[in-house]
This record gives sequence, structure tokens and C-alpha cells, in this order.
Amino acid sequence: MSALTYTRYELLRTLRNRRFLLLSLIFPLILYFVVAGPRAHDRVEGTAISWALYYMVGLASFGTMSAMLSSGARIATERQAGWNRQLRITPLRPFAYFRAKVLTGYMMALISLAALYVAGVALGVSLAGSQWLELTALMLAGLVPFAALGITLGHLLTPDSIGPAMGGGISLLALLGGTWFPLGHSGFLFHLAQYLPSYWLVQASHVALGGAPWPLKGWLVIAAWTAILARVAQRAYRRDTGRV
Amino acid sequence: MSGGPVPGAGGTGVELRELRKSFAGPDGPVRAVRGVEVSIAAGETVALLGPNGAGKSTTIDMLLGLLDPDGGTVSVFGRPPREAVAAGAVGAMLQSGALIRDLSVRELIAMMASLYPAPLAVEEVLELTGASEFAAQRTQKLSGGQTQRVRFAVAMVSDPSLLVLDEPTVAMDVESRHAFWSTMRRFAARGRTIVFATHYLEEADAYADRAVLMAHGRIVADGPTNEIKAMVASRTIRATLPAVGEAELLALAGVSAAERRGETVALVCSDSDAAIRALLAAHPEARDIEIAAAGLEQAFLALTGDAAAAEQADPPSLQAPR
Repeated sequence: MSALTYTRYELLRTLRNRRFLLLSLIFPLILYFVVAGPRAHDRVEGTAISWALYYMVGLASFGTMSAMLSSGARIATERQAGWNRQLRITPLRPFAYFRAKVLTGYMMALISLAALYVAGVALGVSLAGSQWLELTALMLAGLVPFAALGITLGHLLTPDSIGPAMGGGISLLALLGGTWFPLGHSGFLFHLAQYLPSYWLVQASHVALGGAPWPLKGWLVIAAWTAILARVAQRAYRRDTGRV
Repeated sequence: MSGGPVPGAGGTGVELRELRKSFAGPDGPVRAVRGVEVSIAAGETVALLGPNGAGKSTTIDMLLGLLDPDGGTVSVFGRPPREAVAAGAVGAMLQSGALIRDLSVRELIAMMASLYPAPLAVEEVLELTGASEFAAQRTQKLSGGQTQRVRFAVAMVSDPSLLVLDEPTVAMDVESRHAFWSTMRRFAARGRTIVFATHYLEEADAYADRAVLMAHGRIVADGPTNEIKAMVASRTIRATLPAVGEAELLALAGVSAAERRGETVALVCSDSDAAIRALLAAHPEARDIEIAAAGLEQAFLALTGDAAAAEQADPPSLQAPR
């Protein structure tokens, strides 16, 4: 019995859906060039971060959030096909199922991240090797709650409703996280955003300034969302055995 | 096929005890399954026969551990169904399922095989289920009949001790259906336990040792398929015949049930030719005579028709008076 074989085929079939792959890559890229292109070399007010870097990370957060949540869209489609019930009558353990879904989400996220890094370099982003690595590590850590959110949505919603739910949800999280403009250091939006995982994804751009890009608060917010959403995802999966 | 261990052939297979399940409906709870009691020995092939809405699929969902019963117990080879599933002992073809896309048929079967402790070889399953010739095709490009064969392969890949099929041939063409049942026969011959739901009497008759008849969430008859067939393939004689008691009518040759409604009587017959001769010989005054073949639906109605019979917990006896 090799649960990794199962994961491998899940990754393979996700990569084979080229239309899906291209569409999820192309929009963050277009948006990046449109938003960051005109002022790539200017600095974000009051910081030493260029707009090219700020928006590279901002749109990477947008692209990777979508990538993680897209596993939810695939789950919803599989449920409608009755495949979820077919899997329940195999010895596949929930852990192995979640692992396959989370890794598929991360694979998509890494592809999206790589595409934006290339675009960022094209617009003049320049970081030390260690900074690229640190940035990537922070992004991957900040995406954990979205992996759980994707699985939750996939088991609660139908293919019809998950499109608008994801589109709206991601736009809102991106806006409140600072993908489109910096939220400053005061005001209602700033205080609200600090409790959202998407805010900390965007804050990963602070690696360029040296020092710790995330304060303890950032790690706690990510950890809290992860703990809550993982529980919800587990419940949603366990309850979801009926005919759809 | 490589023969895996068959848990206790002839021993305990599937036990359903006092199984009950209700769902919330628009007019209060719908009692989908109400007190189902079945024992299936290991190695038996049993047809779960009944019209749509009889509770077959709900019973199967509980048997597979997909649905928790409101009351009663399920045991599969002496274990709760989820344990039997986790051990890889159960294969199933559920009703109206599709396949996941972007894998070839061969890859999909290999993916499913990897989940089991002792699966059959992928090529063997493809051969067995008639899926070899399109094994390299992507699953989203298959015809309806091909999809059914692949779903059958998914159910078979674990070499299961218990195979459960919920209306397996509904979307199949004639050729696929024939191939499907001949594979099932070979599989059954290896001592595997098979439970299949169908609303085709012919399928139950041709492929099962035993048929369990369900209607309105209950078992209305349970016995060897030939007896069930005789019972279900009955005809009904209706006639206007006042002043003859039900007991007297039931005693006529070929009559298995008699019922009076006002001046009319209805006789459910195991042999309508013998019954009509006997009826006219004994009661020449009978008039307005109609003889109708009872379809499966009518047979179920005849078996479950009056409220008193429907409320009885025991299924009616299979032994027709002779």
C-alpha cells in the first residue's frame, strides 16, 4: 500500500489540466505588469521597498491564495461526480487524502510563485539568494490556513457556488490584506487586516528590509487560523458522506 | 485472477439487524428503511430487488458505512462496515457515479490499486472488465458504456471479498451487460460474496442464488430466486363474485392470495391457467372476469397492498398453498 502513489497521480492529473493551469497563472501576471509596471522603480512611501517588489509579493499572495483554494474547486467537482463516496469505500485514510489535496494546492502555488518571481526580476526586483529563500518560506507558511480553507469549501459547496464564493472571497482577502495598496500603519483597515492571514502574506515583502519580516503577532495569527480551519475542514470532510 | 483469502466462505458474510433510517422530507420525516433484517452467508450472491424508492440504495449506503443507521446494526464479516472497508475487504459500484478526469483508464486503476493491501494486477483487472482496449484513453473521453466498465474495474481492483453493486447495469448497452454478468459469474464462482440491487426481475433470476424483495423500506419476501420469481411473476384474476369466502378461494388450485373488495375478488395466482379452470368449475356464477399479468410493481403492491400486511414485521410466507 503506497499512499504516495495516490498523491503522485493527484499531482499528475492537476498538471494535465492545462487550461486550468494557464488561466490561474496568467491573471496574476497581467495584473502585476499593469499595476507595478508604470512605477516599478519608485519606492513605497516611507519605506525602502520598491513597488516592483511590493506588488510582486502582493500578487504572489493573490495568485497563491487562488492556487490553494483551487483544490476546493476540484474537490467540489469530484464530489458531484460521486468520487468522494467512491474513495470512502477504499482504505484511503483521511490523513492521506488531506496530504494529497494540500500538496496539490502547494504545487499550484509554487508554480504561481515562480512565475511572479520571474516577472518581478523582469521589472527590476533584486534580492539576495537568502532573501528569496526567506520570502518563499514565509509565503509557504502563510498559505497553510488557505490549504485548510480550500478543503473546507470543497466539501461544503457545490461546483456552481464555489466559483463566486472563491472569486469574491479571494478579492476581499486580497484587498484587506494589502495586495492592491499598502494599508499604512493606522486606521480601521490596518487594525482589521492584522487579524487576516492574507495581510501577513503581503508583509512577507519586508524580507528586503532585513530583520524579522513577521513579528510574533503574524505567526500567531497564521497559527490560529490554521488550527481553526483545520478543525473545520476535518469536520466538513467527515460529515460529507451523502449523495450530492 | 489470483485468489486472495476469502474470509470464512460459508460463514458469516453480511448481517443487517433491525436496520432503520429516516430522512427529513417536506412533509415530515421519510422513513426510507424501516426494520430491515437480512443475513447473507459468505459466498452467496444475493439480489436486492425492488421498485424505485424501496430503500435499496439507502440500505446499501448503510451496508457500506457511508450512512449511519438511526437504529439497528450492520456487520460485514463480523466487523463494523467501516473496519471491513479499511481492511480492503469491500468493493462497490455505486449508483450514478462518474470518474475523475485527466488520468488514463490504466492510471486511474493503478491509482485505486495503490490504496489496497492486496490488489489484483492492473492489466488483469482491465482484461477482466473488458477495459483493456481503451486503457490508454483519458477518462473524460469515454462513452457511457466504457465508463461503466471502468467503474466496474474500480470496484474489482481490490479483489474484494464482498462486492456491492447498486443497479450496475443501468447505463450499459446489451453487449456490456452480457460481458458484465459473465465476469460476475466467474467472480462468484471463486467464493466471493456479492450483493446487487436491481429492479430487473430477470437479472435477479439469472444471476442471484437468492432474492430479497424490498418495498416501502421493508423486506416483503426473502428466498431462493425461483420461488421469488414464481411469486412476483404471478397473474391476478379479478371477478365479480359475491358470497364466496376468501378462505374458500385461497383453497383453489394455483391461487396464492385472495382478497375481497365489496362484490369483487382479486386472486393472485402462481398458476393462472389452473386457477381460472378451478374457479369456473367451483363457482360458475363468477362474471366480469379479468386476468392481468402483474408486473414487478403490481406484485409488490399485491404483497404489500393492505395496510395490515404492510404493518406486519414478518415477511409473508413464501409457501403458496397447494
